[in-house]
Amino acid sequence: MKEELIVSGRMNHMVDPNLNIWHWQIPLYLFLGGMAAGILCIAALYYIRGRENDYRTAVRITPFLAPVLLVLGLVALFIDLRHKLFFWQLYTNIRLQSPMSWGAWTLLVITPVSFIWCALHIRDLFPNWDWKYKWLKVLEEFFNKYKKALAWVMLIYGIILGVYTGILLSAFNARPLWNTSILGPLFLASGLSAGAAATLILSKDKEERKQFARIDLVIIGIELFLIIHMFMGFLASTQVQIDAAKMFLGGSYTMVFWIFVVILGMLIPALLEIMELGKYHIPGILPAILVIFGSFMLRFVIVYAGQMSRWLY
Amino acid sequence: MRYAMAVDTKKCVGCSDCVVACQTENSVPIGFCRDWVVETTDGTYPQLQTEIRSERCNHCVNAPCVRCCPTGASHYAEGGIVLVAHDKCIGCGACIASCPYDARYAHPKGYVDKCTFCEHRIKVGMSPACVAVCPTKCIYFGDLDDANSNVSVVLKKRKHKTLIPEAGTNPQLYFLI
Repeated sequence: MKEELIVSGRMNHMVDPNLNIWHWQIPLYLFLGGMAAGILCIAALYYIRGRENDYRTAVRITPFLAPVLLVLGLVALFIDLRHKLFFWQLYTNIRLQSPMSWGAWTLLVITPVSFIWCALHIRDLFPNWDWKYKWLKVLEEFFNKYKKALAWVMLIYGIILGVYTGILLSAFNARPLWNTSILGPLFLASGLSAGAAATLILSKDKEERKQFARIDLVIIGIELFLIIHMFMGFLASTQVQIDAAKMFLGGSYTMVFWIFVVILGMLIPALLEIMELGKYHIPGILPAILVIFGSFMLRFVIVYAGQMSRWLY
Repeated sequence: MRYAMAVDTKKCVGCSDCVVACQTENSVPIGFCRDWVVETTDGTYPQLQTEIRSERCNHCVNAPCVRCCPTGASHYAEGGIVLVAHDKCIGCGACIASCPYDARYAHPKGYVDKCTFCEHRIKVGMSPACVAVCPTKCIYFGDLDDANSNVSVVLKKRKHKTLIPEAGTNPQLYFLI
């Protein structure tokens, strides 16, 4: 039997006895950023493919949520910082090795782009909108002219934003649960499904709702596939990653992960959507809300459980 | 130049003098510590084996904290010492999460803090506070590139190990076993 004790009594706040440096702000931001990324990617993709009129809500209405989500996420990130007045240091440095630096610069691009996209569609919400100042009208004309380029920027940066929320965690090899490259695609998929769910809630067009129920269904399938692969990878890896997986396979995070994330957030909405696509009438808002809730819980569970996982030491 | 430290686990008695010396020298805030003493007991009574280690930041060659830092506040200084520039640190906590040794903490003032190898002392030719104060003289400190330095000589003579080398960090805190 081996026993290790810190006999000098180390009890550093938020580090001992278990790492607890990131609280609700980080998973909340990862969720909001991921959902905004999903919404913007879907809107940009359908616009580029010229399906704007078929999927009007997804391209023109749902994106109004994105800047709101992004700003709330940025506020959460700011609250998390402990040396707040130095936040501008993020934008005087480019650190290619640091995912957080990538994320900060990505947000600097995608947040204004999401505002511009909404400004171009403001008349869908307020038909009599007038920009009042001439230079605003000139700007609107300019962006309307280059809308396709704007959509490409939105698509590419949307994907980077969605993937980065996962890569941010997987860059930490000190926390074996996070140290898997599957988190990037998994968080992107989770963000896309939350984004599709938002359109499912807002859309009043029957065909569009059917399409987004189908999209959600496919993405849930991809997420389940990625989750299974993540655990297969852990169980076939080193002892520390086996221990990390065990937190979800009988350990303290088993219930919350499988019930809230997998069953309530993926399996039940998938079932409801299959029923909806078949003959049954299901209130569409129900699976959509469950998907968004599952996406939210996934971030919380992974961020909190990851901080509990560590090297043998 | 490559600074490194070696702790003799056979000579260390676990008195925690190094911890207190560090807290005093570096004005470490109350309730925090930059170094700590671990006692490992292996086996069952009466076949017991004890190892006592004075631990701190490993000043890794491939430091995950430097890699993760979004502003470059965590950086390699002269001699491979890993330092945090307080006026560049935003207190995001990425480096704290990235350290497999949990050697960092958030200073109550907001920035992230940790062992500096007493950079301010070695610059003027003194040894780090923990080394200077050790009553059993079990901590060796010096330049690995200099074959005659304290630490080079003792590492040549004695069997040694590092902590969690499998994390890929290439730590520079050695333990003589």
